[in-house]
Amino acid sequence: MARITASLFTSHVPAIGAAFDLGKTGEPYWQKVFEGYEFTKQWMKENPPDVIFLVFNDHATAFSLEMIPTFAIGTAAEYQPADEGWGPRPVPKVIGHPQLASHIAQSVIQQDFDLTIVNRMDVDHGLTVPLSLACGKVDAWPCPVIPFAVNVVQYPVPSGQRCYNLGKAIRKAVESYDEDLNVHIWGTGGMSHQLQGPRAGLINREWDNAWMDQLIADPQAVAAIPHIEYVREAGSEGIELVMWLIARGAMADADGGKPPRVAHRFYHVPASNTAVGHLILENQ
Amino acid sequence: MPLEKPYLDVPGTTIFDAEQSRMGYHLNQFCMSLMKAENRARFKADERAYLDEWPMSEDQKRAVLARDLNRCIQLGGNIYFLAKIGATDGRSFQQMAGSMTGMTEEEYRDMMIGGGRSVQGNRRLGEEGDAQPHRQPQGRTGRNDKEA
Repeated sequence: MARITASLFTSHVPAIGAAFDLGKTGEPYWQKVFEGYEFTKQWMKENPPDVIFLVFNDHATAFSLEMIPTFAIGTAAEYQPADEGWGPRPVPKVIGHPQLASHIAQSVIQQDFDLTIVNRMDVDHGLTVPLSLACGKVDAWPCPVIPFAVNVVQYPVPSGQRCYNLGKAIRKAVESYDEDLNVHIWGTGGMSHQLQGPRAGLINREWDNAWMDQLIADPQAVAAIPHIEYVREAGSEGIELVMWLIARGAMADADGGKPPRVAHRFYHVPASNTAVGHLILENQ
Repeated sequence: MPLEKPYLDVPGTTIFDAEQSRMGYHLNQFCMSLMKAENRARFKADERAYLDEWPMSEDQKRAVLARDLNRCIQLGGNIYFLAKIGATDGRSFQQMAGSMTGMTEEEYRDMMIGGGRSVQGNRRLGEEGDAQPHRQPQGRTGRNDKEA
């Protein structure tokens, strides 16, 4: 049977992708960001997943205001890196896993989450920057990826509790798939940042770190945090952090299992406008 | 009964909710059209003519022409959509974000390197933080305004 063995959490700042693509990873400003992922690249080699279930958000790239799905699962065979206005990132195309994705879609919808099923979608920095950070410069991504897009652009976005419960449903879905597959689930976005208005540039180091502590130790309490606290404490775009709760809810302890082991933790300010947070949890 | 909007008292912040989205629909879809190279070229060649093809309000068109992102947001724009204008102009996300504070590009970048804007005094309207309405614009521009 398929199983989720680990979850990985990371910010997905577009400027990180640009620095990566332009070969600036060695510059002092960016070195401080990328060194937080040196462990991760090694960890990925030592713990290679068969499939990555990657939770991210689209930033007005694949979804305009014509359609705003709250939760969208990619069931396509492949996805192209999107042109977000600066040209597509020079990274490999993303190979999907249509069989497992369709299985998860069917199972999760039957568990009362109304997913939108997407068979054609370009993927933006929200998905490709985490892959670059964890895999480095590669000719092909190490395994198939199931993109899972969450609306965190137009309010109201899904609640933390909804996201956490969805994670539990995804875990059940994965575990009911017959083939032996090692699945990683990634939650991306955040941490504190605000990109708009006179409050742009807000960072809350103390809140971010306390939030990460609690995400590890007591995710149910984090799931109960209302939107307004994210906006007030972590900036209007800090709300992306609810996506981390989907990955956290898919860990064994959310359903009565053992608490995960913290394999890696990293935090740095700034990357462009944003606080970078990163965490790897392993099921025991 | 009106919907609950607990986020209206956060200073310097507009939450892109269903109401803002409805107001900004054509403005944001115009921005989206700039994802295509031929549209970027047509927009650059005659901005006003291109904007006139869209059923946007005159205020929205003027805010775009002036690149006044705060005004665009007030009129229903969303930053991820407005970023397409920035990309057309060759500006980075940091330049766009900084432009909404009144700070110069350098001042804003230095603030971020110094750990970003503090949340102290910026949680609720009526406090004393630097994002409060009575402290705009920020940076050198603001200081010059006050001296003048």
